[in-house]
Amino acid sequence: MAFNKMNLKDIEVWDGNHAAAQALRQAQVDVVAAYPITPSTPIVEGYAKFKANNYVEGEFVMVESEHAAMSGCIGAAAAGGRVATATSSQGFALMVETLYQASGMRLPVVLNVVNRALAAPLNVNGDHSDMYLGRDSGWIQVDAYSPQEAYDLNLMAFRISEDHDIRLPVMVHQDGFMTSHTAQGVHTLSDDAAYNFVGEYKPMNDMLDFEHPVTHGVQTEEDWHFEHKARQHNDLMLKAPPKIEEVFTAFEKLTGRKYNQVESYDMEDAEVCVFCMGTSVETAREVASEMREKGIKAGVVGLRVVRPFPFVQVAEALKNTKAVAILDRSSPNGAAGAMFNEVAGALYNTGIRTLLSGYIYGLGGRDLTKAHLVALFNELQANVNAGKITTQLQQFIGVRGPKLSYL
Amino acid sequence: MSEIKQIKNLKDFSTSADRFEGANLLCPGCAHSIIVREVLNATNNDLVLAASTGCLEVCTAVYPYTSWDASWIHIGFENSSTAIAGAETMYKALKTKGRLKQPDRNPKFVAFGGDGASYDIGFQWISGCMERNHDMMYVVLDNEVYANTGGQRSSSTPIGSSATTSPAGSISYGEKQNKKDMMGIMAAHHIPYAAQVAPNKWKDMVKKIQRGFATEGAVFINAVSPCTTEWKFDPKDTMMITDLATDSLVFPLYEVIDGREFNITYRPKNVVPVEEYLAAQGRFKHLFKDEYKYLIKEWQERVDAQWAYLQRREEAKV
Repeated sequence: MAFNKMNLKDIEVWDGNHAAAQALRQAQVDVVAAYPITPSTPIVEGYAKFKANNYVEGEFVMVESEHAAMSGCIGAAAAGGRVATATSSQGFALMVETLYQASGMRLPVVLNVVNRALAAPLNVNGDHSDMYLGRDSGWIQVDAYSPQEAYDLNLMAFRISEDHDIRLPVMVHQDGFMTSHTAQGVHTLSDDAAYNFVGEYKPMNDMLDFEHPVTHGVQTEEDWHFEHKARQHNDLMLKAPPKIEEVFTAFEKLTGRKYNQVESYDMEDAEVCVFCMGTSVETAREVASEMREKGIKAGVVGLRVVRPFPFVQVAEALKNTKAVAILDRSSPNGAAGAMFNEVAGALYNTGIRTLLSGYIYGLGGRDLTKAHLVALFNELQANVNAGKITTQLQQFIGVRGPKLSYL
Repeated sequence: MSEIKQIKNLKDFSTSADRFEGANLLCPGCAHSIIVREVLNATNNDLVLAASTGCLEVCTAVYPYTSWDASWIHIGFENSSTAIAGAETMYKALKTKGRLKQPDRNPKFVAFGGDGASYDIGFQWISGCMERNHDMMYVVLDNEVYANTGGQRSSSTPIGSSATTSPAGSISYGEKQNKKDMMGIMAAHHIPYAAQVAPNKWKDMVKKIQRGFATEGAVFINAVSPCTTEWKFDPKDTMMITDLATDSLVFPLYEVIDGREFNITYRPKNVVPVEEYLAAQGRFKHLFKDEYKYLIKEWQERVDAQWAYLQRREEAKV
């Protein structure tokens, strides 16, 4: 039975979850193996509904845990076809073992991670703790700040992941609830245009080619393990970035929507800058333009590609600044913020001597308000005026009780 | 439906195109390789295989070598069932979409795991695969111990066995818990076919494996796999120990169809006392001390009771 196509309006009102589900439908994914968890559940529910109404021809398997979801995705990907799933938080944590196996076996999979806090205490709302849990897993990670970007990046993710020079799984992140459950206008592609952009799946080392049996997931010890890991890192460092750029460029040509590994807003002459991810980018941009009206040269840098970390582009984006606040939406648990360390590392051996300070914010879905950001930009300006950090290096913002600051 | 391969005698097995090579690192006398060959050689169909982390896996796919001449995947300890279910799902999807490279083939999907991988850590994954009734076969290589990690108890380890984490000592007779009834649990999923097999009873085994391959839907096989290293017997005695396991009825051979139809498939002509089975293995050596001999008696009573129960089920057709 042939499956039905959908006639989408040029602009649909979708939340981030529905945007992701629509992208999976348009990519004509062969297998989705999934398990529900708030706030990513509507992605797989949406996909199941498409299946029930004959809008997808592929298989949908509702398994018994997130670990099984990724295990099934790995088996399906090794068999040789397009694979995707979605998860959040505790489910993502349960999946972590298999994340390393998917990437180590060089299998293309697209995983939507709708970011949510990690327990304890249990919390269903958005922060980036789970995202950071995946950063060393050998996946490519891209971050969507809006439903539009969740849609666009999903389509691009397949093309990056399945490229025979890459063959690495890709996570598409979006903020739990703030993006996943917030409906906005999303510019769509027609089903045909979207599928043509993603392209047909081209199998490689597929288990279902019975004339060419393959062995996946071998044992290596000190004799070969290092070479495998080194090669994976090498491809993340050298092959993935140009491929990501190539796909971003092709997508811009098709849609006019331009993506960059590092997104810069009002940074041409910015002296003070907020560096962040997710929905905070939009809030920070709005406050930055208000700060400019008050004479503060404010800008915003958003990280789009989390892995492979765009070391050079981050330094380039910040090179003319005088003070930068790096916002981490994750508990640092005994260290400087994860993103703070990454950015500091990118700048260290350069001539850039901008003043870096770290802010921990928004844990468990706590709002980042414009007032927080106004105060933050003012602190940055004070740092510029003093020529040094006037606060402690790490501050918590928006948390109850006496001010928490460290380092 | 695939064509059933004719296997009349052991020579038919030995002349099969071997998709599991003798070049592997399993211990001499290990029953795993015998069981795997009996499973693979029971069909001429294409095979897609998975193995859980364990002896079979670490001994057959050490880069840059492989013992497998059929597509094979290993992910982790707990998920060979779901790995093969994923591959089977992809097969279904590509078949629907007309994208199979060799659409005329009729592949069989088989996952192997030890008892640790199956009774313990991978229990939930197997249950999920059985409940969803994937068109696959899951085979437990049941050696009643975590052999690959050096002999720790699993929930398949029987009472009185000395394992490294339940060792026999001056005040302990070893393992305290009874072996989990995995067959009962799997049959309770009402899957189309579940069977207990032993490599020594190869005719019974091949019949069950072939029935499994001919079955559409999930198949569960529990295969007794005597472990020369952890059961502590001479590698040349693997088949003798297996004979004792089946003929003492410690390891009865039966099948359950759709969770309801129950058939005993092997009735030993001369039932061997459990004591003989225990006496042949070092892991039970301490049970022959005076203070623990009551355990042997209890074991015999358990085996008798279980055999009576199995027979009642068969007679009652439930």
